[in-house]
Amino acid sequence: MAVPAATVEQLSQWEVPEQQIGLWSDAAQRFRRNRLAIAGAVLVVLLILIAFGSPLLVQLGIIHDPLKQNVEFIESGPGQNGYLFGSDELGRDTLSRLLFGSRISLAVGIFVQGIILPIGLLIGLTAGYFGGRVDNLLMRFTDVWYAFPDLLFVLVVVSVFGPSLLTIFGAIALVNWVGLARLVRGQVLSIKEKEFIEAARSSGSSPPKLILKHLLPNSLGPIIVTLTFGIPNAIFLEAVLSFLGVGIQPPTPTWGQMVFDGYEAIYANPSSVVFPALAIGFTLLAFSFVGDGLRDALDPRMRR
Amino acid sequence: MRGALLPSQLRAITSTRSGALTIFIVRRILWMIPILFFVILITFTLMHLAPGSPWDKAGGRQLSDTVINNLNIRYGLNKPVAQQFLLYIWSVVHFDFGLSYQYQNKTVSGLLLESWPYTATIGLLAFLLIIPVGVGLGVLAALRQNTRIDYITMGFATVAASFPNFVIGALMVVVLSVLAYKATGGNFYLPAAGFGIDDSLIMPVVTLALLPIAYTARLTRASTLDTIRQDFVRTAWAKGLPERLVVIRHILKNSLIPVVTTLGPTFAFLVTGSVIVETVFSIPGIGRAFVVAIESRDYPMILGTTVLFSLVIAVANLVVDVAYVFIDPRVRLT
Repeated sequence: MAVPAATVEQLSQWEVPEQQIGLWSDAAQRFRRNRLAIAGAVLVVLLILIAFGSPLLVQLGIIHDPLKQNVEFIESGPGQNGYLFGSDELGRDTLSRLLFGSRISLAVGIFVQGIILPIGLLIGLTAGYFGGRVDNLLMRFTDVWYAFPDLLFVLVVVSVFGPSLLTIFGAIALVNWVGLARLVRGQVLSIKEKEFIEAARSSGSSPPKLILKHLLPNSLGPIIVTLTFGIPNAIFLEAVLSFLGVGIQPPTPTWGQMVFDGYEAIYANPSSVVFPALAIGFTLLAFSFVGDGLRDALDPRMRR
Repeated sequence: MRGALLPSQLRAITSTRSGALTIFIVRRILWMIPILFFVILITFTLMHLAPGSPWDKAGGRQLSDTVINNLNIRYGLNKPVAQQFLLYIWSVVHFDFGLSYQYQNKTVSGLLLESWPYTATIGLLAFLLIIPVGVGLGVLAALRQNTRIDYITMGFATVAASFPNFVIGALMVVVLSVLAYKATGGNFYLPAAGFGIDDSLIMPVVTLALLPIAYTARLTRASTLDTIRQDFVRTAWAKGLPERLVVIRHILKNSLIPVVTTLGPTFAFLVTGSVIVETVFSIPGIGRAFVVAIESRDYPMILGTTVLFSLVIAVANLVVDVAYVFIDPRVRLT
């Protein structure tokens, strides 16, 4: 089709931005402008540093060994007997247990997403791409899974197979893949109808190439957001398990377990409950700020 | 389910709205059956995958073969697993959940009957608190958008939505029980445990209700902001209606529609939340009984509680779905 000369003229006069802003750099810019998201991200980075650095701090003698008991100084308040955050019912340093507790929480949050991602992608892509009967079957399957109250399922699995790290990761992943699978399916269903997919298909793209090159990259944003929101959810479930006394077993320090242990002596030493409780709360808050920030940043409808 | 009707008859029924509604409700009720069946199947299978037998005593004296045999007969464990499953389904249909392992001569139904009033009281009070408080805060924040009221309300909702309820419960106990007791010399504090129709209800109910309140407030705010910008609201203002009438009759009525959809998940949350809240505040309800059953691996009790919880959630979702059709006439029934 011939293009009128005037239009070409106009086109060449349009201001072209100095530097092309792509989806990702645009998203990064938007994320950086979100103060809460940055605050959350800073806290998350700090947590990662603490999780990796806490054994080093013990070796350097800066904090106590989280497992070392000192029966002379049990239930110290904050600042007493040289314990900055106090000590627990066995005379263990609350501060170092708090720092080491971040390792379990972060591990649960991140590894669980690692298990969810392949399951959710596989089921979501299959259902969305093939549609029809396959889709119907897989979606009824997720419906049933969805009807199961997630906390109950995790508790049942842990009670049956014992509270090992692997069982806990697996059980939490098993109740959380459904959300991702549904999201991926929805994304694929809507993208599948777009013109560029038709173009790729008619120019001879094979189904694997279509999925990997077009469907997947275009649904990456919502997938990242869902996984980010999955992290606090997994951390929460692990903390609840520990709090109910059926989570990761002592002596490994976890925040939920510290709240549970401290709760027994809450009158004598409230600080042994307050610190781990706040640690859990602020960690979840940080991750949900990051998740909110990513969602706002990656939502293409909000692009200028 | 459709086989019994000829296609022409079906078309005749679904052509009217009330007919379509009947079909919709029947379909939704029937859909509960496979859901509950699979919940039982999954839990039942998990229980039977458990290593060892329920009569293994860790550290204790091992029971003799005769005793184990008799126990197996009493609890029906001597039959093939498939038959046990079918028998279980059959008795569940008759509201019989079998015998508990941890207490002698107590049935699971008996245990559930003993503990449900506590769970129901707290759940109901929390439910009654969620709607007015959540909706109220949401509407308030929306009507005063971008003012201090809005920021404070939404800040509170964000924190309440992120902090797990056992954390909130524990922190409330520290402040309102422990510190209040110490500060007032024991004159004013809230009890940290136990159950009664008195101030010991305050903290459990608030703990349970806080997260749904936060979600409801956020959703109500968003949907109210949508409604405020609609033409009919501008018309209502323009014709000089007082604020109260505009808010209640025009804004609230429409912005509440999406809120109704969250009532199903809210109910599910109240049920699973009872597990945590009853543990924090030592309340002898079903949630607490479930945790005790998990600790002592009382499989019939775990199974029975799971079935009951899933049933309650399924019924709540059903009621919400049906109510939604009545509230919003735009909903399509297919």
